[in-house]
Amino acid sequence: MTAVGMTETPPTIGMPRRSFLKWSGAAGGGAALVGAGASFGIPGVGAANAAAASPITGADSVAWNSCWVNCQSRCPLRFHVKDGTIVRVETDDAGDDELGSQQIRACVRGRSMRQRIYNADRLKAPMKRVGPRGAGEFEEITWDEAFDTIAAELERIIAEHGNEAVYLNSGTGTNGGAIGSRSSVRRFLNCLGGYLLSYGTYSTGAIQIAAPYTYGTSPSTNTFDDAVNSQLVVLWGNNPLETRMGGEAFVIQKAKQMSSTKFIVVDPRYSDTASTVGDEWVALHPGTDAALVAGMAHVMITEDLVDQEFLDTYCVGYDEEHMPEGIPAGNSYKSYILGTGPDGVVKTPAWASQITGVTSAQIISVARQIAGAKPCAISQGWGAQRQMNGENSARAVFMLALLTGNVGIPGGGTGDRETTYNFKVAGFPELKNPVGTSISICMWTDAVERGPEMTKLRDGVRGKDKLDTGIKFLFNYAGNTIVNQHMDANRTSKLLQDESLLEFILVIDNQMTASAKFADILLPDVSNVEQRDLTAGGSTGDLGYVIYADKAIEPLFDSKPIYEILTELAKRLGVEEEFTEGKTQDEWIDELIEATRKDTPAIPPNEEFRAAGVYRQNNPAGHVIPLKAFRDDPVANPLKTPSGKIEIFSKQIWDIAHTWELPEGQRITALPEHIVGAEGVEEARTNEKYPLQCIGHHYKSRTHSTYGNVPWLQEAHPQMVWINPADARERGIENDDVVQVFNDRGRIELVARVTPRIMPGVLSVPQGAWYRPDKDGLDRGGSINTLTSWNTTPLAKATTAHTNLVQVEKA
Amino acid sequence: MAAELGFHFDQTLCNGCKACSVACKDKHDLPVGVTWRRVAEYSGGTWQRDGNTVVPNVFSYYTSIACNHCEDPICVRVCPTTAMSQGPDGVVTVDQDVCVGCRYCEWACPYSAPQFDAEAGHMTKCDLCADYRSEGKDPACVAACPSRALSYGPVEELRAEHGDLAGVEPLPDPAITRPRLVITPHRDAQPSGSGTGSVANPEEL
Repeated sequence: MTAVGMTETPPTIGMPRRSFLKWSGAAGGGAALVGAGASFGIPGVGAANAAAASPITGADSVAWNSCWVNCQSRCPLRFHVKDGTIVRVETDDAGDDELGSQQIRACVRGRSMRQRIYNADRLKAPMKRVGPRGAGEFEEITWDEAFDTIAAELERIIAEHGNEAVYLNSGTGTNGGAIGSRSSVRRFLNCLGGYLLSYGTYSTGAIQIAAPYTYGTSPSTNTFDDAVNSQLVVLWGNNPLETRMGGEAFVIQKAKQMSSTKFIVVDPRYSDTASTVGDEWVALHPGTDAALVAGMAHVMITEDLVDQEFLDTYCVGYDEEHMPEGIPAGNSYKSYILGTGPDGVVKTPAWASQITGVTSAQIISVARQIAGAKPCAISQGWGAQRQMNGENSARAVFMLALLTGNVGIPGGGTGDRETTYNFKVAGFPELKNPVGTSISICMWTDAVERGPEMTKLRDGVRGKDKLDTGIKFLFNYAGNTIVNQHMDANRTSKLLQDESLLEFILVIDNQMTASAKFADILLPDVSNVEQRDLTAGGSTGDLGYVIYADKAIEPLFDSKPIYEILTELAKRLGVEEEFTEGKTQDEWIDELIEATRKDTPAIPPNEEFRAAGVYRQNNPAGHVIPLKAFRDDPVANPLKTPSGKIEIFSKQIWDIAHTWELPEGQRITALPEHIVGAEGVEEARTNEKYPLQCIGHHYKSRTHSTYGNVPWLQEAHPQMVWINPADARERGIENDDVVQVFNDRGRIELVARVTPRIMPGVLSVPQGAWYRPDKDGLDRGGSINTLTSWNTTPLAKATTAHTNLVQVEKA
Repeated sequence: MAAELGFHFDQTLCNGCKACSVACKDKHDLPVGVTWRRVAEYSGGTWQRDGNTVVPNVFSYYTSIACNHCEDPICVRVCPTTAMSQGPDGVVTVDQDVCVGCRYCEWACPYSAPQFDAEAGHMTKCDLCADYRSEGKDPACVAACPSRALSYGPVEELRAEHGDLAGVEPLPDPAITRPRLVITPHRDAQPSGSGTGSVANPEEL
């Protein structure tokens, strides 16, 4: 037969080089001609280096290490080294395809490590700033000059403003290290008298503060392996198939295969979790989670589907018969749902549907499914709580687990994020911080701008009624949170131009990130494969592991490990002995391995461990089931709440609501109520200028901003904005068009992914792309944080990064 | 006679992460622009709006695709220099010393498997990791997949275990080259040529 294509004119060089137009449905035109061998100077990449592409057996050595960034997996990697250069990266080669004995395979990010280690953006030598902050204009200096300058500035600022003026900025680029991590920096700063602390994280700001009001702690929920015991799994904004694509993705997929349990995914996007393990998708407007839960609760209550015995025994605040002392009538959750509370609104499915966009029929159906499945596992991701109403979104999702009595049992859960099994791995002692004051992690720019005005009741300052000083020294290690991963990059960038406010910015990193460009002194850190360390805290459900993070190659260029950098600074500041205790990094690692082996003697000794690379241990309890002891005996094992029970109505929050000063329009509620807030869906419906909600999902090509400059990953997963075909059509936008997304805070340029996989009225700009403003302020990097605000949630003072109204147009 | 080899791809498991693709690039030192294993996203569907509520009727799935080492390898047939050949195990390889980079194979292959390396001036392609196989290891893509969506082996065995399906959108009609590819279809897999959706990521292919 004649093959398709044989009658066409053969191509010439320069024509679309591939035959994708023959692929059915390739509507977007041919691929661009990009095959120019863009090797980016990576050793071993490109035809010129073909000699290095020898069979694996040609490598001189293979060293175990890990991908140790912040997706919560720490995937094992094996680095093949030839003539001092890494020529290939492989993942775990032990284990099999079964739960509990699985091979822990790294995802696409870890597999691209070679291009991160040998990246053109690697910092090569110490530098000082010679242009305006953020311009990225630097001059190389000696290590001695760098150390002397930093030590002098630290000394001066501590003397003039106190230790509270020193702040360690958020940064998660080396999360998996023991010594090559922020632990070293904390220890160093504590040796100097401490620094202004932060509470919360950019990831979990609201839920981390909200959960303890309900549960006494942040309980997390059952491991994903335990899904085999569930009759129904609800993943509420929980997206392991995109965010934790190594070990955790395997666990949830395998558990699904083994059990055939139905999975419901709640998300404004038809995520890859929805398209793989999901069986039903509930698409809701961002920020309306508490309303959706309320509609479902109405179904459960009015159809008599709630577990009344569980609520009576284990909870406070469900109905009027179980309220704390001194609270006026009508403030129970049941009263709120049935409309007999202060707002007088019955939270029917019809009411919820108008807010959430979900039909009444689906709300009723899902509520009945959740109530009818015994047991039902409900877990929430952290997207829902990065909203203006984040605390209540998080606590509302807990309600589904509480109303149905699923807490603390196999196959059930608490409604929090899933946990993993871990055994104890020794960490670098960070010592005590004598400064007890802390601020919300995402309010550091407020503390730069107006530190002495910040108070306990208005700004959530802890440990003190108010700050005495603004932040004057910013210590930024392995993090891109100066601009990129902090909200409102343009506003932050402008703030930092005033050197009378933030007087000194130290950045230590191994890449020229968007944040590194703001450094006054910029120091080159090594990557993890250029030092020896110990990687704990892997995430593969009920399989725990620790990785011997071996040194594979010598430090590149004139870079130094963080431990060595801090030792030099400690020497100049007179605290070398306290910091090092006379030990080298290797000696510390030896000690940490031995300390870890004391608890877990099955871990092989140093050299054997080094050869094996990974030590694994199964959860001896089978699955982790948080709050099991409380469920088994609530009297003997009370929670750490004031009542010892689960507090659906929180008297603590009630008291806070009556004392704190809030910005106009914000409310704190003792029950997990839906609250109409700034830039929510209600405002979107009437805002003609900015009618679209914009969220920022985690992208497969990056862990936050880490890996954002890796060419293989930029090719595999280019930055884009997701837009529904209906919204695109109204604006004349087609798939792969270059568009601009904007609001009053900024404007970004990127390509459009026109896809039915996102609900109408909502855009999503994957977070973590590197902020790259041009001379007119247009961010050509497409960073979501050019569009986000410094606004915080009312109770936790957490980021509201997913609460943004925007407009989009063709570029 | 050696068994003829092929790939099995379980579409129900693929989340489009592209660990397969990048592991292949790392193993074979492929620059940006030369991608032997690619992952297509095929999506479609509609939304119904009723006032403030919306109802999605949406599907999406991924297809990871490299060279299928076809039973009727059109790249071999069109090659004017005999650089492209098929071994007794069915594996199609390109002799880089003979290839002149005319790119006929690239144009002819409906899967875009042969890829032109502009720097080297000739075609390159998947050889099912011949060196790894000779050492008893799995091809890099197969060993990489965190979801275990990929496997390889004698195609007769793969077909006996998983069936004969290879004609799933957006792949072309398998009658063209008879690929040694077996797909376990996603629940929303659309038959080749049905046109019910579109390739969401043409620029990534």
